[in-house]
Amino acid sequence: MKKLFLVVFLLISGLCFAQTEGYRVGDVVKDFSLKNIDSKMVSLADYKDAKGYIVVFTCNTCPVAKGYQERISALNASYAGKGYPVVAINPNDAVTVPDESFEKMQALANEKNFRFPYLLDPDHVVTKQFGALKTPHVFLLSKTEKGNVVEYIGAIDNDSEGENPDKINYVQNAISELSAGKKPSIASTKAVGCSIKWKKG
Amino acid sequence: MRIFFIICLSLITYSANAQVKLLTLDELDKRIARGKDTTYVINFWATWCSPCVAELPNFEKLRLANLETPVKILLVSLDFKSKLEKEVIPFVKQNNIKAEVLLLNERDQQRYIERIDKKWSGAIPATLFVNKKIRRFYEKEFTESELKNTLLNLK
Repeated sequence: MKKLFLVVFLLISGLCFAQTEGYRVGDVVKDFSLKNIDSKMVSLADYKDAKGYIVVFTCNTCPVAKGYQERISALNASYAGKGYPVVAINPNDAVTVPDESFEKMQALANEKNFRFPYLLDPDHVVTKQFGALKTPHVFLLSKTEKGNVVEYIGAIDNDSEGENPDKINYVQNAISELSAGKKPSIASTKAVGCSIKWKKG
Repeated sequence: MRIFFIICLSLITYSANAQVKLLTLDELDKRIARGKDTTYVINFWATWCSPCVAELPNFEKLRLANLETPVKILLVSLDFKSKLEKEVIPFVKQNNIKAEVLLLNERDQQRYIERIDKKWSGAIPATLFVNKKIRRFYEKEFTESELKNTLLNLK
């Protein structure tokens, strides 16, 4: 009986662990369908011509995420045409933080002229699936025969305040390497920003 | 009477003039090295991080409990440098924070995170207990008693 208990316990803790871990570089991503700020549903599969995706977990309120808004727009402007569109997902719970509401997301996207989807993940399902922990937190995917494979996880660059003379553009570099048929030489960094505001209770 | 008034006024301006200095990791290392038997409890926080703000009073209690011991509390803010005057200093004043507050003066997030602790995800709150011999890093929120016990059991 004790043994059975232990086995069950290990299984459960294993499951919990797996849930919080999220994707690692090399994993195949499960597609999702999330509501965009225009109320239409968006999936990765909608992008027929994509070679990959810049999936960014970002939000309305975090000062670090705000600092990266223009850089995220610039990534989309540079790479959507080359087959790597930005797909932004807001992982924060709007009940916990009212300024993360659908309406506020619409207002921000309008104000900042987002040319990419800004999706809601109301129950953190996709956020947990990816294992996103911060805003902003990037998952760069490439479309392969196996599916959409995670190629890079982490920060956009190592310069959140725009003052580092030794700035490294991790996402740009990774896409350049992927486009040249190589694997990103830096496949993961630490995402710097605000913790995700989870649903309470 | 006039002298009394002047003293009061200067005291008020002194306390209102909350200082938040910039701090590089090199400066922090030097300070720890100079600290002899002092144990530094270094809390990494930011004005925008609500769990950080919530635990700040616990560091104040720890400070008050250790006025006579070689323990120094440093509250190192990870706010942007551009927010120092507009947000960090007003926050310190409003919340009447008595512990020493500093703002991390590092440009490369990937480098400073690694330097503070290799296992750190970069998430805050996080707290480093450090003296010349011991270095313990915790990526978590602390209650008042957890802070006290961690300091007491530092080996």
